[in-house]
Amino acid sequence: MGFNIGSNLWANYGEAIAMILFGIGCANLLLQKNLIKKIIGMNIMDTAVYLFLAEKGYITGKAAPIIVNGITSADYYINPIPSGLVLTGIVVSVSVSALMLSLTIRLYNRYHTLDMDEISFLIKKEGK
Amino acid sequence: MLDFAQNFPCFSIIICMMAGIITAALPRKAARVLNYIAILAVLGLSAGLLFYTMQTGGSFVYKMGRFPAPWGNELRAGALEAGMAFIFSFIMFFSMVGGYHKLKNEVELNKHKLYYIMVDLLLSSLLALVYTNDLFTAYVFVEINTISACGLIIIRQNGRTIEAGVRYMVMSLLGSGMLLMGICMLYDLTGHLLMENVHTAITYIVKTGTYQVPLIISIGMMTVGLAIKSALFPFHAWLPDAYGYSTVSSAAILSSLVSKGYIFLLIKIFYRVIGFNIICGTKIINVLFAFGLCGMIFGSVSAILEKDIRRMIAFSSVAQIGYIYMGFGLGTTEGMTASIYHILAHAATKSLLFIAAIGLTDVSGGNRSFFELSGSGYRNKIAGVGFTVGSLSMVGIPFFAGFVTKYLFAEAAIIHPTEKMLPTLVVLAISTILNAIYFLKTTIRIYTPEKKEIIEKKKYTSIVWAKQKAYSFAIVMFVIFNMVLGLMSEDILYIIQTGLRNFA
Repeated sequence: MGFNIGSNLWANYGEAIAMILFGIGCANLLLQKNLIKKIIGMNIMDTAVYLFLAEKGYITGKAAPIIVNGITSADYYINPIPSGLVLTGIVVSVSVSALMLSLTIRLYNRYHTLDMDEISFLIKKEGK
Repeated sequence: MLDFAQNFPCFSIIICMMAGIITAALPRKAARVLNYIAILAVLGLSAGLLFYTMQTGGSFVYKMGRFPAPWGNELRAGALEAGMAFIFSFIMFFSMVGGYHKLKNEVELNKHKLYYIMVDLLLSSLLALVYTNDLFTAYVFVEINTISACGLIIIRQNGRTIEAGVRYMVMSLLGSGMLLMGICMLYDLTGHLLMENVHTAITYIVKTGTYQVPLIISIGMMTVGLAIKSALFPFHAWLPDAYGYSTVSSAAILSSLVSKGYIFLLIKIFYRVIGFNIICGTKIINVLFAFGLCGMIFGSVSAILEKDIRRMIAFSSVAQIGYIYMGFGLGTTEGMTASIYHILAHAATKSLLFIAAIGLTDVSGGNRSFFELSGSGYRNKIAGVGFTVGSLSMVGIPFFAGFVTKYLFAEAAIIHPTEKMLPTLVVLAISTILNAIYFLKTTIRIYTPEKKEIIEKKKYTSIVWAKQKAYSFAIVMFVIFNMVLGLMSEDILYIIQTGLRNFA
């Protein structure tokens, strides 16, 4: 059984790496105090999901799902849906990153720091 | 021949989205009118759809662009979805009406247009979450919901709200990241994104006993992701600031609608994607049950310790979300019905409380501290009545919505006696007492007359209902709605039960 799990892990090393990256991203998003590092963590997390999807959609030895040379048989191409999902996910992640960055700029202009704890402290001191 | 009413789900989503886009090119006043028209149109369409689905007694699938099942994108609507959409748009309309005078004061005039765009987008994404039958579409609209909710928080620009916005985004992004990962794993397991097809594949997987671990992990990730986003107890740190400092319409909409949209999606995943029996077979609902119970206690305790009335109401939301997840955790149809009723009751009550509280603080010189509110129920009578009704409903006094749900939760716990019965009843009782402590304390405080000298010294104002017609109208409608939920529970339960039967 143990050997079996190990061999599966080796065969699916891409997915395993995606999961590790997802964990790293999660931890950074939650634990970093610096806002920019938080955003980087978020991007790592999202990218890990895209890596996972791309790994899942790829079939060894087959081509990207764009018809060239008039071959229309589905056996020749990889599954296009995960690629579509990745594209949608990238759009979402870009807009969310933009929003986070703009919020960061607002906070930095107000409090001249990127440290979340310090910002909370300054806001409490402001007392509004 | 497609019955014409079957187009209504698609129409309502499109109307809101188009309204948001057109608003960008309109002047401020027209933007407001368009926003109201869009919400009212959705209200009408949802009412029509509710009537239609109750007549046919089933649910229907609407194929977007008429592409057949495994390829196309689908909407699906039954009585439950139509009822949810109706109540969401109702509450949104009166939250906007009731909070307009504050919006005028608190938000720069040139930003109002942005606010209406955000509200339109929010409603369209909520409706999409209610109606969609496709997991990835659900994810995309979850993100749109998050972005527009963040816009509602930060539209009032000060340090507090921006910080609250960042905290909200961080927790929300964590939640949606986990939801996305869960959906991707489920797609990997089943090869489908449409909910019915996923369900067929999952039934097969469970029957053959393969891929059990990935299945549990993916269900767990989706559940935790949506629980984080709807502020279940340990993940509620962002909530008090976000609800406490944003403008009042935002607070009402965020607390009563946004978190409910995610919870509704979770119900959908439980029933339609995974299958309720399979969910009940896993240990995941026990985790939800435990955190729900903790939330009921801790949310109320935090609310008791809070001196700021807006933040107090916000902490009360944490407790109420706990109730809803506790109902999930019971793992019975009765528990689920009680939870859905509580979604409605809490949405109706919490928006009323936020809108009423702003009237009370306005006549107390803008002070939100509990001690400054003495006698404010006399200075703004309609807000006082609204707050009292909201408090009584939250505590669970008969005639109001809160009573029905407390009764349903207790009944659901007793009807199938398991080891969860005793903790449910005990925590329900404790939580009711804690609710009574802070809500009735506040109600008594607002009806404790303040000395004349102090009123003059602090320059407190009074306001009569004729000076604030829209506000009073909103409060009256919320009160009536609350009483309807409290008194006509038989009919509403019938709709929920019919809807839930056709949901899976």
